[in-house]
Amino acid sequence: MQKQGIGKSVPRKEDDRYLRGKGQFVGDIRLDGMVEAAFVRSPLAHARIKAIDIPERLRGQVYTMDDLEGVKPIVASSALPGYKPSRQWPLARGKVRQVGELIAVCIAPTRAQAEDIAAEIEVDLEELPAVVDMLKGRQPDAPLLHEEFGDNLYLVSSVAGDIAPAAKRADVTVTREIRTARQCMAPMEGRGVVAEWHERLGQLTLWTSTQMPHIVRNGLCDVLGLEQRQVRVVPPDVGGGFGYKGILLPEEICLGWLAMHLGKPVRWLEDRREHLTANANCREHHYVITGYATRDGKLLGVEAEASVDSGAYSIYPFSACLEAGQVATNLPAVYDFESYRADAYAVATNKPPILPYRGVARTGVCFAIELLVDALAREIGMEPHEFRQRNLVRPEQMPFENIAKKYLDSGDYPTCLEKAVKSLDIETWRKRQKEGLPDGRRIGIGVAMYCEQAAHGTSVYAAWGVPMIPGFEQAGVRITPDGGVELRVGSHSHGQSHETTFAQIVNEMLGVPVDRVNLVHGDTEYTPYSTGTWGSRVMVMAGGAIAAACEELIPRILVIGAHLLQVPVGKVRFEDGAVVADGSRVTLSEVAHVWYLAPQNLPDNADDRGLETTKGYKLKRDTGTFSYATHAVAVAVDCQTGMLEVLDYVIVEDGGTLVNPMVVDGQILGGLAQGIGTAIYEEMPFDGQGQPLASTFSDYIVPGPTEVPDARIEHMETPSPLSRFGIKGVGEGGAIAPPAAIVNAVNDALAPLGAEITESPVTPRRLLSAIAAAQDGAGS
Amino acid sequence: MKPARFDYMAPSTLSEALGLLESVPGAKVIAGGQSLGPMLNLRLVQPQLIVDISRIPEMSAVEDDGDCTVYGACVTHAAIEDGRAADGTGGVLARVASGIAYRAVRTRGTIGGSLAHADPAADWLSALTALGAEITAADGKQERRIPIEALMTGVFETAIGSAELLTGVRVPKLSANARFGYYKICRKTGEFAEAIGVALQDPERGRYRGVVGATEGSPIVLDDLPSLKAGTEADPGELRERLKGHGMDDPYEIQLHAVALERAIQEALA
Repeated sequence: MQKQGIGKSVPRKEDDRYLRGKGQFVGDIRLDGMVEAAFVRSPLAHARIKAIDIPERLRGQVYTMDDLEGVKPIVASSALPGYKPSRQWPLARGKVRQVGELIAVCIAPTRAQAEDIAAEIEVDLEELPAVVDMLKGRQPDAPLLHEEFGDNLYLVSSVAGDIAPAAKRADVTVTREIRTARQCMAPMEGRGVVAEWHERLGQLTLWTSTQMPHIVRNGLCDVLGLEQRQVRVVPPDVGGGFGYKGILLPEEICLGWLAMHLGKPVRWLEDRREHLTANANCREHHYVITGYATRDGKLLGVEAEASVDSGAYSIYPFSACLEAGQVATNLPAVYDFESYRADAYAVATNKPPILPYRGVARTGVCFAIELLVDALAREIGMEPHEFRQRNLVRPEQMPFENIAKKYLDSGDYPTCLEKAVKSLDIETWRKRQKEGLPDGRRIGIGVAMYCEQAAHGTSVYAAWGVPMIPGFEQAGVRITPDGGVELRVGSHSHGQSHETTFAQIVNEMLGVPVDRVNLVHGDTEYTPYSTGTWGSRVMVMAGGAIAAACEELIPRILVIGAHLLQVPVGKVRFEDGAVVADGSRVTLSEVAHVWYLAPQNLPDNADDRGLETTKGYKLKRDTGTFSYATHAVAVAVDCQTGMLEVLDYVIVEDGGTLVNPMVVDGQILGGLAQGIGTAIYEEMPFDGQGQPLASTFSDYIVPGPTEVPDARIEHMETPSPLSRFGIKGVGEGGAIAPPAAIVNAVNDALAPLGAEITESPVTPRRLLSAIAAAQDGAGS
Repeated sequence: MKPARFDYMAPSTLSEALGLLESVPGAKVIAGGQSLGPMLNLRLVQPQLIVDISRIPEMSAVEDDGDCTVYGACVTHAAIEDGRAADGTGGVLARVASGIAYRAVRTRGTIGGSLAHADPAADWLSALTALGAEITAADGKQERRIPIEALMTGVFETAIGSAELLTGVRVPKLSANARFGYYKICRKTGEFAEAIGVALQDPERGRYRGVVGATEGSPIVLDDLPSLKAGTEADPGELRERLKGHGMDDPYEIQLHAVALERAIQEALA
């Protein structure tokens, strides 16, 4: 039998249905008597609601918060000292705090009719001054979003440290103000919910496009006042998440309530305009960051003050602390230096709440630290990769607790960098750079590195104290009467290929062909509890749990197999899907047949728990696995038009043991595409009143096929000492480094002009303005 | 977003279509629907009636009229791109068509629809302005011709009356030795242009026209450009001054548009 276990690039089982358009997403669900919902949303960023005028003839088709009797606000708190949680009513009560905030829900037989109704609802709003910029929001005279806070800060988190020794010894000090734009996550499928109340079961079923069905159930029960047994959450096929679907939505609550009170199923499908202008955003960071180094290239210290534009509400379950809280602890990344201090402010603004997007805070963090590292290298006059090489954590230091107390589990960062430098062939690019391109464009070379904490567990999240703390990850494995396997896992796939990769773990353990493994995932009715698919955790956690569950079945299989082979159990072993003794074997299918269909042939000592089990799994140490990578890129910069072209892109990454290298490559390339979006294209601008200015994809530009280069990927495989099989989480990594690598390359190209970019995305306007500013500066 | 309620008629003759436009104020014409479709969905327009002109045979006709080729309003970008429509410009139209948005848009989108929509960033508006095209329009009473320079009266606004229909476009043929350059600056393949530059050098007809498109209004026409006349590189300073003279004041916009025209001139003269 062909090996399909760990390390094999088994083709994705999911692709057949996806590529034929046979996937089943929320939008494909149609139930008898189903009605459609559309929302009345706030046209203003900050206002007091004076009245909501519902014409008499529309009574019964329009609901406001006052109608949602018994429904509580969403509150995502945190145990971090000083954290202030917001109270977010599913439909606005008293005030609206962002454009697009839900005010009323309208139902009708079709979405178009529901929108007709929504257009008739008049909301009398008294406009309040809006906080649109996070830095202004921090000022003492700023208008308050949540009056009870007394300011606009959800949280200030710090890594305290003494920077004075570094400042004293430094030959070179560089300070930069760095910004990353607010983005929309833009999964191919938006959010969507179908809710139905089952009278017979006394149960609300919610089909929803989510990354964390069990957490959505927790939240729904809290807010709607239901018991867990009364709620079933089912994610069907989910078309991309990236963090956008890691949230309890006010829409989910409204639809749940409506289904219960109307007695008929209700559907809401987010449209692209709602996605872009009303629902959660990501990424908006601001830094003032200073680096201290010696003339010979030793990084001595880093000091940073960061702000995260956290938006109007603290989202459930991650809260408003996660993004900002990760900034301070992640900045040191792959470097070893002696002095560090950082403060990070999570600022409430009149914009949609911020959610952790693929890479969470690290994309901004990587951008800040890696731009700083390049600026230091330029200041010293050293090739940036050589400067990095002198300051990386060395393999002999592993496992290494860095200055921000991150426990880097394993890896060889210097080799990773060296491979990327060689693979891109920076030496040759430097020669070409001197000549320039025949069409006059400038060549730039950039490098960026990161490490990514993944699959971090109980202790980390208990310290955050957010409404979701991952514990043991469980998996259910059931061998079917014909020797196939049914797998039950509580996390869900929004594109990660779980149906394939989980089956590979089963294949590794039990020898069952991948095609004979079915995955039931996400559905709260049938799967063990899981916090879901986030934090690059699932292959590590669910993979470990599946292996543990399979392992637990093997002794039971051996007992039956030995009996069928008529040899003592001590003489048999499990091998390639069969119980094997000297010269004879009985297959798993035969063992399963006997257990289910011919129990008269079972031995007396057969294990009465049979051929199914649910088993939990935790890492040996739950501080997380650390995958890492170097991205190296050569770009051409057209200084006349401000346009960029990626000429070559190399990624050298170490994800520990890879279960399916092809799937990992897919993850990296998808992440790269999003990273290029962050670097060059994607930005959700707001005007001074907090109105979002990009309401369609013609204004919010995401990269397409011709904007994403054919990157070359090389793998290193340093197993994690902490996880089963040595797997490390890799799902998010691809999106972390591209903005830093590309902007470093742009700055490398612009250096002779004295121009520098410190803000993403690098739009033509930003690039030309930077060049013009440098020219003005030089001329004055 | 879903459109507000509207009625839909697909007449098979021009006179029927014009009758509907006359009798239903605010009726909207649809051809390929590549701009109107999203506008309906976003409820930016909420017409009572939509008149689909794509089933009127002469709207998709292409005729040779001596000095001109006449394109019916419903000729698609793809038909021009593929050479299925006669082209008196030696491939210039096909080249421009091939760069419009994406193939899916080109398959349905039409030359008349693009002109009537009057998006400053659209390709046909700039390219056909360089070529000196004429628009044909009709209402229930008369037909008329509008020089393309006079078509656009503002962003998304044209000289076409509410009961009038843009029926086609007359594109003058180019001389055999005419040279043409087209340079579009887009942030992304298929996206609307940030800036468009078009250059036409047709000595036989005495045309030396530069056009700067994707502005905040009608394309800027620069006739008798010295560089095109002399066959030399454009003077960057002079181009920028002329753009300022046309009311452009943002240095970034001036830079981008001037470069687009410079590169179009370079291409024409190459």
